[in-house]
Amino acid sequence: MGQKVKEPRYHIVKRADISKREAWTIRIIAILAALLLCAIITMVCTGDNPISIFVTIFKGAFGTQRKTWITLQYVAILLIISLALTPAFKMQFWNVGGEGQVLMGGLAAAACMITLADKLPNAVVIILMIVSSILAGAIWGVIPAIFKALWNTNETLSTLMMNYIATQLVAYFTIVWEVPKGSGKIGIINQNSNVGWLPNIGNKYLLSIIVAAVVTIGMFIYLKFTKHGYEIEVVGESQNTARYVGISVEKVVIRTMLLSGAICGLAGLLLVGGINHTITTTISAGQGFTGVMVSWLAKFNPVAMIFTSLLIIFMSRGASEISTAFELNQSFADILTGIILFFIIGCEFFIRYKIVVRKDLGKEDA
Amino acid sequence: MFSLVAFIPRAVQQGVPLLFGSTGETITEKSGNLNLGIPGVMYVGAISGVIGSFFYEQSVPSGNLNGFFAIFIPLICALIGSLLMGLLYCFLTVSLRANQNVTGLAMTTFGIGFGNFFGGSLIKLAGADVPSISLSATSAYFSKSLPFASKAGWFGKVFLSYGFLAYVAIIIALICAYVLRKTRVGLHLRAVGEDPAAADAAGINVKKYKYVSTCLGCMIAGLGGLYYVMDYACGVWSNDAFGDRGWLAIALVIFTIWKPDIGILSSILFGGLYILYLYLPSGTHTEYKELYKMIPYIVTLVVLVITSMRNKKEDQPPKSLGTNYFREER
Amino acid sequence: MENKEVAISLRGITKSFGEVTANSNVNLDVYKGEILSLLGENGSGKTTLMNMLAGIYYPDAGQIIINGKEAVIRSPRDAFDLGIGMVHQHFKLIDVFDATENIILGLEGKLNKKEAEKRIKEICDKYGFEINTKKKIYDMSVSEKQTVEIVKVLYRGADILILDEPTAVLTPQETEKLFNVMRNMKHDGKSLVIITHKLNEVQSISDRVAVLRHGEFISDMRTSKTNAQEMTDMMVGHSVSLNIERPDPVDPKPRIVVENLTVVDEEGIVKLDDVSFTANTGEILGIAGISGCGQKELLRAIAGLEIIKDGKITYIHQDGRTEDLLGKSPREISELGVKLSFVPEDRLGMGLVGNMNLADNMMLRSYRSGKSRFFTEKKEPRKLAEKVVDKLQVSTPSIDTPVRLLSGGNVQKVLVGREISSRPKVLLTAYAVRGLDISSSYQIYDLINQQKKRGAAVLFVGEDLDVLVELCDRVLVLCGGKVSGIVDGRNTDKYTLGSMMTQRGEAI
Repeated sequence: MGQKVKEPRYHIVKRADISKREAWTIRIIAILAALLLCAIITMVCTGDNPISIFVTIFKGAFGTQRKTWITLQYVAILLIISLALTPAFKMQFWNVGGEGQVLMGGLAAAACMITLADKLPNAVVIILMIVSSILAGAIWGVIPAIFKALWNTNETLSTLMMNYIATQLVAYFTIVWEVPKGSGKIGIINQNSNVGWLPNIGNKYLLSIIVAAVVTIGMFIYLKFTKHGYEIEVVGESQNTARYVGISVEKVVIRTMLLSGAICGLAGLLLVGGINHTITTTISAGQGFTGVMVSWLAKFNPVAMIFTSLLIIFMSRGASEISTAFELNQSFADILTGIILFFIIGCEFFIRYKIVVRKDLGKEDA
Repeated sequence: MFSLVAFIPRAVQQGVPLLFGSTGETITEKSGNLNLGIPGVMYVGAISGVIGSFFYEQSVPSGNLNGFFAIFIPLICALIGSLLMGLLYCFLTVSLRANQNVTGLAMTTFGIGFGNFFGGSLIKLAGADVPSISLSATSAYFSKSLPFASKAGWFGKVFLSYGFLAYVAIIIALICAYVLRKTRVGLHLRAVGEDPAAADAAGINVKKYKYVSTCLGCMIAGLGGLYYVMDYACGVWSNDAFGDRGWLAIALVIFTIWKPDIGILSSILFGGLYILYLYLPSGTHTEYKELYKMIPYIVTLVVLVITSMRNKKEDQPPKSLGTNYFREER
Repeated sequence: MENKEVAISLRGITKSFGEVTANSNVNLDVYKGEILSLLGENGSGKTTLMNMLAGIYYPDAGQIIINGKEAVIRSPRDAFDLGIGMVHQHFKLIDVFDATENIILGLEGKLNKKEAEKRIKEICDKYGFEINTKKKIYDMSVSEKQTVEIVKVLYRGADILILDEPTAVLTPQETEKLFNVMRNMKHDGKSLVIITHKLNEVQSISDRVAVLRHGEFISDMRTSKTNAQEMTDMMVGHSVSLNIERPDPVDPKPRIVVENLTVVDEEGIVKLDDVSFTANTGEILGIAGISGCGQKELLRAIAGLEIIKDGKITYIHQDGRTEDLLGKSPREISELGVKLSFVPEDRLGMGLVGNMNLADNMMLRSYRSGKSRFFTEKKEPRKLAEKVVDKLQVSTPSIDTPVRLLSGGNVQKVLVGREISSRPKVLLTAYAVRGLDISSSYQIYDLINQQKKRGAAVLFVGEDLDVLVELCDRVLVLCGGKVSGIVDGRNTDKYTLGSMMTQRGEAI
């Protein structure tokens, strides 16, 4: 009876340490494999050859000057949201409420634009927009943090609920402010007076890009060189250690979520005041969730986040070009993005662990 | 003006997809897997069913549908589609130990994209003028109510007027509740979600339980998508119509404190809240309906906060929820 | 003995974790109907070896032969099927389940709790356990949890029981009860392996003893044919008499005065009950007690990490001023100018951050200082890290290495080095030498003595009574959260301490 037992053919061992180069090689291989699979799927759907598919993807993202600018602007917004979520993730607080925090920021900005347009000079309106949207995002971020600090409420679930409360609030105000009545949408706010439109710097895309650059550098410095950043890291690694050295975990959680929400609110401001000049429930287009992935893929490193957000936007812009070119549905982009994400998520395993195959297998079987 | 007999059936129809979703997510979470991909899974379940029935309807001359195949084909397609999603989630989080939140969110992105893409493609194939596909023939089989429903007055309307999947949802929820509470499999599953290391030491195959419960959970959730499109929406697929019901299902899991049988009534409650705005007295501004739609989420948040305040051990989320297990970790 | 049947036979077992070899080429036999002690210091590979029998780990090389047949144990389930059951040191029980549910967990067949409860009762009656089958684990004491674990193993019909340091958490009465049960099981023909590093237990319970050292099998022999000295020699490799240095205290003055301290934990269990004592400058005050008797809470209370129900903790400055430390957080305490250092028991989970490098770990205590209010100062911690590495001979590739990659002894040196670098007035240490090899231990004793000579008040929580008796000037003994007494380290012996640990005596 006993002879038939099989030995495990392989076992999994945690890698002690892996060099950065090896880790990135694995990631790049994964991305290439994902692109290959995407190409095959696209070929099946369109019948085109892979090279022209990649050319189309590239054209979609960087084909014309305008497209390049738009791509960069998209990257900027996604980057800001991802950066906003990062300090929370670093302290192991799973803020999946970016969507709601962005919406609240946007809503606050829109509220200022609509209600104050004829009452205050443009500059004052803009200042109030900045203040109120940052504040609104921060409040939306800090509510789950307070629950967490007081009663250890599961933050993944509470931030998730906050998203939909925000969505419905926006939906409510969309109807309150709808123009024209009965249309169910707000339309371009202050189309003639342009009150509350954030100023163009150079061209209309550059403002978001500059803000993103500032936030990236700021977040990099904040996490790496400041006392707050250090506290965040300690809390994330071990709450016991934090208490031991007298860091108030509750205070850090609340402070960090204020910051996280505030930056999300800023992204909402840019979306409403700088880019769309209107507000809808879908204005953040799921980027609060995409940001979770961007931040995680970059291992919470603000600089690496530039590349991960670029990758995601590049793919989705490229894929939407494919769908236009081949008359496919726009959602094709989501499928390709999903596939790439799955590959990158999966490849982390091979960075953290290695599989050891038992060498003496043949002998044991004999 | 407000008729309870008319309201309840509508609330139930709204509630059934949520019940499928939350039952599926509950048994998934009981294994310690927080599957935020459920909204995507429900989309995939729905579109798979739509694809199946679309081609079946296309392949037979109109009106000659065989009742068995009309139900069986979409059902199997929906189950297979959502099973594949479940396998993907398990492969990434259980076998490759990837972060559950990130994997789940990626699955939702993928699943919604998948649904809308194929939905859009079918719409083009169908060549309709409106951006939707209508599978009314198939839907008729799905939404057929019990034969004596119309004769039983208000009783028939409230209890017997639904398509078979609604009853399936309730039966599944009851079975899940029974299995979790009264059987060895349920005991083992709860152990895996609470403390996988202890379960492992007791000889329970943690990986197997995580795989099976998550895949079954996805299949159940996928049925919710199928019910929505075939019964509730009368066989009409239009992109993004399913909306945020997947997230509402996750909310429902919290609201029911991880108990599928409570989910039966709670899902009807949620469904009722979701459509309560329709029953606002005429003259009320339409904007308030959006505030009413907010209620389920606020109620869930309140339940979540209150259970964490009371800190009763039995009412907490499964202790290992959201974390992966690796035996030789040290 | 020789005519007894072999139950387990291990041949050439090797297991390593990354760079660390936990077991190398171990050969070991366990016979039927005997109790075998597996003896060795912390980190000698006892638990790892047994975990391979229990299916938690899989050996890199070697054979396991159970009842004469070669066995492959890939999982705990395989182990159960072979009749092997292990009671882990950290209990593997589900908190929200009751005793019955935990005992039948993992078994097959229809769920019938009534039937199960009946069988549990039979087992309890047979071997002399007491168990409340309906009690939830989170309501149980450690000894109750252990009983559940043992019954769980027996319920599965195990013939081979492995107990990993079962007495570490028990009172002497509970230990005696456990030993009686173990003897009953032995007479029932079962094989028992008890992992321990306490010699008196080896002698009182086991028929045979096997010694491991640094992952290697050293020897086995009948307990009746050996003695404590021989076993110690085998365990540590060479004959040791501790000979710890103990300088006389210079001008001891009260530094910390604790009065009527009472601490109740979150679950409402009294951890410290009306504790009063004084810790003097230039003196080491040892704290002895069975594990879990309030030692940890006492240090944590002084460090500002416990919520205190009642009592008073006073710090007395050099010039006689006093500060009330009660209810203050660690940060507030340090802002009062009270230089208090704490070497906690949990080094990588509390004292240090495993994923941070040495330099960043040095910052844990000092990161709030520095010129800027906002930015961290990185140069000083790097200098300090280099100094600690240099002075305490920490073996590390560089100060940029994450501390989790260092060995236990080096981790402790980094922690102690940081804590004494601030020239503390009060030094609290919990199990400072646990898991350390002999030479690292002596280095730690030296460092503590240096602090004493500097005039710091040292509180030394220890588990090894020999060390407490040789190192400390006075020893405070705790039992069940109460002070059993405070004795002079020079005029006491470990037997006195041992008996005080087991009874709530009046102050001597």
